[in-house]
Amino acid sequence: MKKQSFDLVILGGGPGGYVAAIRAAQLGLRTAVIEREHLGGICLNWGCIPTKALLRSAEVYEQMRHASAYGLKVDGAGFDLAAIVQRSRNVAGQLAGGVKHLLKKNKVEVIQGHGRLAGGGRVLVGAGGGAQASQPSMELSAPHVIIATGARSRVVSPLEPDGKLVWSYKEAMAPTAMPRSLAVVGSGAIGIEFASFYRSLGAEVTVIEMLDRVLPLEDEEISAFARKALEKRGLKFLTEATVGGLKKSADRVRLEIAGAAGTTTMEVDRVISAVGIVGNVEGLGLEDTRVKVERTHIVTDEWCRTAEPGVFAIGDVAGAPWLAHKASHEGILCVEKIAGLPGLHPLDARRIPGCTYCAPQVASVGLTEARARAAGREVKVGRFPFMGNGKAIALGEPEGLVKTVFDAKTGELLGAHMVGAEVTELIQGYAVGMTLETTEAELMHTVFPHPTLSEMLHEATLAAYGRAIHA
Amino acid sequence: MATEIKLPALAPSMTEGNVARWTKAEGDAVSTGDIIAEIETDKALVDLESPATGVLGKIVVPAGTNAVKVETVIGWIVQAGEAVPALDAPVAATSNPTAALPPLAPAAGRQAAIRAADASSPNAAAPATGHASGARIFASPLARRLSEQAGVPLDGLRGTGPHGRIVRIDVEAAIQAAATAAPVSAIGAATSAAACGGYTDVPHSNTRRVIARRLTEAKQQVPHFYLTVDCRIDRLLAVRAEANAAQGEGDVKLSVNDFIVRAVALALKQVPAANASWGDAAVRMWHDVDVSVAVATPSGLITPVIRGADRKTVGAISAEVKALASRAREGRLKPQEYQGGGFTISNLGMYGIREFAAIINPPQACILAVGAGEQRPAAIDGALAVATMMTCTLSVDHRVVDGAVGAEFLAAFRKLVEQPIALLI
Repeated sequence: MKKQSFDLVILGGGPGGYVAAIRAAQLGLRTAVIEREHLGGICLNWGCIPTKALLRSAEVYEQMRHASAYGLKVDGAGFDLAAIVQRSRNVAGQLAGGVKHLLKKNKVEVIQGHGRLAGGGRVLVGAGGGAQASQPSMELSAPHVIIATGARSRVVSPLEPDGKLVWSYKEAMAPTAMPRSLAVVGSGAIGIEFASFYRSLGAEVTVIEMLDRVLPLEDEEISAFARKALEKRGLKFLTEATVGGLKKSADRVRLEIAGAAGTTTMEVDRVISAVGIVGNVEGLGLEDTRVKVERTHIVTDEWCRTAEPGVFAIGDVAGAPWLAHKASHEGILCVEKIAGLPGLHPLDARRIPGCTYCAPQVASVGLTEARARAAGREVKVGRFPFMGNGKAIALGEPEGLVKTVFDAKTGELLGAHMVGAEVTELIQGYAVGMTLETTEAELMHTVFPHPTLSEMLHEATLAAYGRAIHA
Repeated sequence: MATEIKLPALAPSMTEGNVARWTKAEGDAVSTGDIIAEIETDKALVDLESPATGVLGKIVVPAGTNAVKVETVIGWIVQAGEAVPALDAPVAATSNPTAALPPLAPAAGRQAAIRAADASSPNAAAPATGHASGARIFASPLARRLSEQAGVPLDGLRGTGPHGRIVRIDVEAAIQAAATAAPVSAIGAATSAAACGGYTDVPHSNTRRVIARRLTEAKQQVPHFYLTVDCRIDRLLAVRAEANAAQGEGDVKLSVNDFIVRAVALALKQVPAANASWGDAAVRMWHDVDVSVAVATPSGLITPVIRGADRKTVGAISAEVKALASRAREGRLKPQEYQGGGFTISNLGMYGIREFAAIINPPQACILAVGAGEQRPAAIDGALAVATMMTCTLSVDHRVVDGAVGAEFLAAFRKLVEQPIALLI
C-alpha cells in the first residue's frame, strides 16, 4: 500500500476543502486533498454555480417576455430546456476544471477516493465509499486533518427522491422535461430558487412550507415582501403545511397536505424536496475518535477544532450557516490557525451575508430587526423602497426594499436586509462596512455613485436617522 | 515606518540612566504602551513603554549598560517585514539621536506614560482622536464611538485588529477594566531595594498615572503663590439651617460647600480677572463661570464641573453636585462632565482639616482650599468672643493672576460668605 506523509490532509475538495488547500500551500504546508467525486464539491457541480446559470437563463427569458416594456420586439420567445441545462453543466464543468488547475498550480496533491481517519494522524484512502473503505489503496499521514466533506439533502418521508417524480436538487437541476405543475417542499433558499426558476419557465408552482413564513431565516419584513413579489409572479404558497402522504401514478403525484385548516390534496407533475440538509459524517472513521457529531454535524469550537486533537472540520459538515463562503473562510481560518499565524479572529456569524437568487433577489447580513430587539438592543431601523431609486426605475425594476438596523446608542450596523433586483451584488457594501466596524456616520459620508442601485445603501442608512432624501 | 526607542528623561533632572533589563526580545511583537524595558534612574527602577506598535526590531543598547545619556536611541520598533534603519552611532554612553528620521515621540517612555488614559484630567482634549504628539491612533469607527461614549480614551489601548488596530472588543474590554478599576500594567520589579520587609504593590491605574503626571507638572511648572483668609460663617450656618428646615421631607439638604460654590461663582463675576487660564500666547478670560468641585473617589481625585454656577441657585448647585459626585464615585462621569471648568474648589473641611494649600489644576489659574468650620476664639468689636471660623486658602498661578487680583477675589468671596443673603438672590 502506498504511504505518503503530508503536513495537512483535507477530506473533501469543495469550496471549504480546496480553498483551505490553496491557503495551506501559500503558507508552505505540504497538503493533500482527498476527493471522492468532483473537485469543487456540491457548490461548483450541483449547487451554487449551476443554479445561478439556470437562473440567469430564466432571467433573460423573463426579460424577453417583457421586451415590449423596453420598446423591443421579440417574436416567438421560447426556450430549449436541454440547452438551458447544458449551459449550466458547461459552466459547472469549466469551473471545476478551474479548481483542478488552481490546486495543481499550488502544488496540492489531489487524490481521488474516499478518505477515512484511521487514528494516529493516519488517513486511509479507498475506492469505495460507505462504511467499508475496504482495500485501502493508500495511507496518508499528517499531523493535521481537516474534514470538509460537506452535506447532502435531507430525506424526509414521504418525500424520498425517486429520480423520476420526486426530485432532489440533482434532478431539479437537470430536468429532461418541463413539468407543467410543480410542488416545492421547503421555502429556504434552495426551494425558493427552484420555485422561481420553474415559474419563469412557465410551470404552475406551489411552495409548501412547514413554518409560518417563507424564507424563514430572513427578516420578517423581507420575507413578507418577497412572498408578495413572488405571488405577483404567480407562485403559490402554503405555509404551516406539511406533506403527510403522497400517491404516485405514472406521471403525476397526488400530495396530502396537512395544514392549519385541515388536510387538502394537490396533484402535480413533479415534487421537489428541499427540506434541509444533513452532514456527510458517515464512513469517516469518526466513531473511533473523540470527534463529536450532533444531529449529523461535527461539533467544533470557534477555531474549527473538533474534540480530537489535530482534527478540524469546516463547511457544511460543521454546521450552520450552510454557505460556501462560510466554508471557505473557515478553511482559511483553520489553516492559518494550524500554521500558527498571530492575530487571528474567529469568524463572526453575524458578518456572513446570505443570498437567495430568486426573482426578486434577497440578500442579508447581520441581525434581523426582531433578533436585534430580542437581544435587548435599542434600534434605529431604516427603510428605503426601490421605487425611490432612479436607477431602479430606469431599469424597470421598481419592486424592492432595503432595510437597515442600527444600534441606537452606538450607531453600530447590526443588520442589513434587502429584496429586489441585484441585491445579492449590493449586500457586500454592508458586509465590508460591518467588518470595518462602521457606524452610521461613515456610511452616511460615503459617496455612492449616481445613478446606481447602490445609492439605496446610503438612503437606507439615512432613513434610519430620519434623514432620507428620496423618501 | 521605523520608530526609535529613545532613553527618556524620566525625571526632570535626569541626564542619564542605566538600561537595566529588556523585557521583550528582538522579534517580539509589541503594542504602544507595552512595557519593553526597565530603566534604572538614581531614584528608582522605571518601566519603559513602547512608543509604537510593531515588532521590536533591534536592541541597540543591551541590558546592563550604564550611564546611557538621555535621548540616546536604545532600540527600534519596526513594522512587519521592515528592515531596521542602519545605525551610525555606536551604542552606550553617547547621546546622539539619529538626525535622519523625524522624531516620533521624544522622551518615549515618559510620553507613553503621559499618553496613558487621561481619564480624570479636567482639560484633556477629546480623548478619542489622538494626542499631542500627532501620532495617529488606528481604531475602527465603532471603537472610537464606544470609547468616546464611555470616556475611555483610545490612547494606550492594545489593538487586536488588523495591524494592531483598536477594534470594538478592545474598547469593550477596556471599559470593563475601567469599571472594575483594574490595573493597566504590572509594575516593574521595583525591588532594587533588596530586603526591606513585606509590601504590596498596587499597580498604577490610568487615573493614578494621570493624577501623578498632571499634579507633578502643575507643581513644577506653575508659579504658585498662596493667599489665606479666615471667614466667619456663623451667619452662613444659620442661613443654611433655616433653608434646610424650610425644605420638605424628600428635598435635597444644602451643605456649606454648596454655598461656597455659589460664593466663588459670584466672586468670580465680581473679579473676572480670576476666572482665567494660562495659554501659550494669551491669557484666556472665560465668559462663563464654570466651577470644578473636587470629589474624592476610590480610584482617585476627580473634578466634576458645575457650569454657569453664577446662574444657578444654591439648591440647584447642591442637587447637581450630589448627582455628579455620586456618579463620579461610580466612575460613570462622562468626559464633558469633568472637562473644562475655570476654577476649582477643594474642601477638606469634613475631615477636620483647619487649613491647607491645594495644587492648581492647569490650565486653571486658581484653586480654593476650604478648611473646616470650627469654633475659635475671635476678636469681635474689641472683645474676645467665640465664632465659627473657616480658613480658606487660594492657590494662584502668578503668571495669570497677580497678588492684588487674587486678594480682591478672596475679599469678595469672604464678603459673600460672611453676608450670605447675597448668595440667595
